[in-house]
Amino acid sequence: MPAADTIIELQDVAKHYGAVRALDGVTFTVSAGECIGLVGHNGAGKSTLMHVLAGTGIPDQGSITINGTLQSGYSVQTAHRLGVRCVFQELSLCPNLTVAENTRISHAELKGWGWSRRAAALIMGKLDEIFPGHGIDANDVVGDLAIGKRQMVEVARAFTLTDAPLQLVILDEPTSSLDAHTAAQLLAYVRRSVAGGLSCILISHLLGEILETANRIVVMRDGKVVASEAVSAFDRARLVATMGGAAARERAAPAALAGDQQSAPVMVSARAADGDGAAELVAHAGEIIGLAGLAGHGQTRLLLEIFETPPGRGGNLSVAAPVALVAGDRQTDGIFPLWSIADNIGIRSLARLRRGLLLSRELETGMAADWQKRIGIRTPDLDNNILSLSGGNQQKALFARALGSDAKIILMDDPMRGVDIGTKLEVYELIREEARRGRTFLWYTTETEELGNCDRAYVFRNGRIVAALDRSELTEEKIIQSSFAEAAS
Amino acid sequence: MTAASLPRAAAPVRLMNLKRLLRTVLPALSLILILLAIAWLNPRAISYFGFNLMLNLAIPIALATLAQMFVITINELDLSIGTFVGFVGCVTATWLREEPLLGIAVLAGGIAVYAGLGALIHLRNLPSIVVTLGMSFVWQGLAILTLPKPGGKAPDWLLTMMGLKPPFVPFPIIAAVLIAVVVHFGLMRSSYGAVLRGAGGNGQAIGRAGWSLLKTKIIMFGLAGVFGVLSGMALIGITTSADANIGNGYTLLSIAGVILGGGEFVGGRVSPIGAVIGALTLALAASPLLTFMHIPPDWQVGANGIILIVVLAARALLGRRGA
Repeated sequence: MPAADTIIELQDVAKHYGAVRALDGVTFTVSAGECIGLVGHNGAGKSTLMHVLAGTGIPDQGSITINGTLQSGYSVQTAHRLGVRCVFQELSLCPNLTVAENTRISHAELKGWGWSRRAAALIMGKLDEIFPGHGIDANDVVGDLAIGKRQMVEVARAFTLTDAPLQLVILDEPTSSLDAHTAAQLLAYVRRSVAGGLSCILISHLLGEILETANRIVVMRDGKVVASEAVSAFDRARLVATMGGAAARERAAPAALAGDQQSAPVMVSARAADGDGAAELVAHAGEIIGLAGLAGHGQTRLLLEIFETPPGRGGNLSVAAPVALVAGDRQTDGIFPLWSIADNIGIRSLARLRRGLLLSRELETGMAADWQKRIGIRTPDLDNNILSLSGGNQQKALFARALGSDAKIILMDDPMRGVDIGTKLEVYELIREEARRGRTFLWYTTETEELGNCDRAYVFRNGRIVAALDRSELTEEKIIQSSFAEAAS
Repeated sequence: MTAASLPRAAAPVRLMNLKRLLRTVLPALSLILILLAIAWLNPRAISYFGFNLMLNLAIPIALATLAQMFVITINELDLSIGTFVGFVGCVTATWLREEPLLGIAVLAGGIAVYAGLGALIHLRNLPSIVVTLGMSFVWQGLAILTLPKPGGKAPDWLLTMMGLKPPFVPFPIIAAVLIAVVVHFGLMRSSYGAVLRGAGGNGQAIGRAGWSLLKTKIIMFGLAGVFGVLSGMALIGITTSADANIGNGYTLLSIAGVILGGGEFVGGRVSPIGAVIGALTLALAASPLLTFMHIPPDWQVGANGIILIVVLAARALLGRRGA
């Protein structure tokens, strides 16, 4: 198999965490000037494989060969010296440092007199190249930046070049916090660099990105590579089938919903913050309303305002029923990391789980068990710590928390970030079912595909609602057009 | 498209810089407030002689505060700095004067112990509060062994140095500026300083970028030891003789100074200049201000605590409004 231009070769690599076989004998090669799309369910072993490549995880067995040399004692330093860089899924910037200082962290060569000027020039040059019009300054403290911009910095940093060579960049879910526009900028840059001889491994749950960008697709399942073929051999359906995910019912055309929703009671009506002449958002009972537009243009802020408005109050914003929020950044805003799964699910409904003055253990576990069944949380025991779940299952627990509550209105702040497609399809189904029962959903999403589940979508720009699109008008072009309308006129 | 998105991006950035500016000048504002209060109560205190008198204890406090700041930078806390300063004071007033070589060796040993604590805390993943709380009793015991009853005498060179009377600007102010600038450049502007602070912000990221976290802990605790030694020596240079309990109040003062100076307990957000300003504020708010307010000595310690709470509460309030 090793061709002349193979730069990296992994032979029979295995890694176990206790009884879990994260990697179970993986053989994997990377050639120069190749973009590999790596797909698989959450927990298929993709991230572990990348940690092995980046030197942050040491395999229990197997060999790593780079540029024809068998590596022994492969470490982060070796990886860096040989030009293997990784953008990890969890952001790995230091929030207390500036953009330039964070660049220095990954380049030991940036030292001595004037290092900060050189670091700033390096990162700004790369940001300008990948994301023109990014609006980031080298002296911005990373913690002050929005999550999308942080991801831009992190991606750009991986492509910066000093003394060490650059052969392979691994991008683990690089677009999860980017809006459609910047994601497209990034993927275009990846294609340009690959054409220029760089190698890239792209991990993404957005199959469209993979099919558009990669030359070769590697599919992983249960710690093994189950397919590795040129991109032309795959289409969406085959990719989903190979991953062994939920049957290929993706984008199950939502049943044409009865037209009586318009006559249903209005649950939420709102004008976005700077509402001069902006369109009004109206959500009736049983509707799924999408909030679209570029990331960070006021969608989250509106959701939070709705969340904080007491039910039954009029004015700019009126909310008719109790509200629950499914957070997008589940690590900081969603889960209670020290609590069990059951406690995490029950927290929104404590009033109902009471017997007398005290919380009832039975009611709590009963509710959790009920939702485990309905939403399919994969765990042997609901009393386990929430962190024992994979990311997708943690998100399911958060959905269970919101859906199990008395809330009639569910706000969702881009909750599917980095969730695998099987989980997504299950949750979509659940949302539609709950909507049929009369619940109202307000759904902010950065993935245009997800808007296909909505009855109507509002496009946001600069904190204002600039367009209301009905289901029939919900196309990528239309949304992008509205997001950028100002530039067009 | 790009042209349209530019102004939108620029506005929040400018706002952010304003926010950061406010955060940075807050410590200086509290110092100015205290100075104004003193000037109003006793205008004659604002003079060369007055500052020399009011600030002479500020230098050891500032050094101890910086020692604490190094430890806080990497998300740890040092509860032993006060008794360590006391121990250093006792060694300075005895061995360093009588047998300089032994004295130097003992002080260097103290620094080495500090660096070793950093390694221990990192390798065994121990809570620093527990380790340093234990060490505080060790230092206290050693101090009592070295100097069972108050006494001793500072070496003459140290007395000369701390008694300097430079023209125009009082010595404590020059020393404070010098210390703040040196640490600022070392920690905030140097390239390795970024790594050290990054270890507090996101240690995992620093590790993944190929830096040794063990080394950052050893260096930061070692620096805390160095500044603890400097603090103890400066203190004895001013008081001329020592007492085993002389530094006990410094543990809490140093923590308060770091926080007052804009530092945060976790996340590697610290400011050396702010910490020195915080220490000066505390030194002034302690006895000078209270004496001028005619508060009897019996009540001064309690009043001191109340001033500390008020100043920190004001900082939290202003900080939140700025955020």
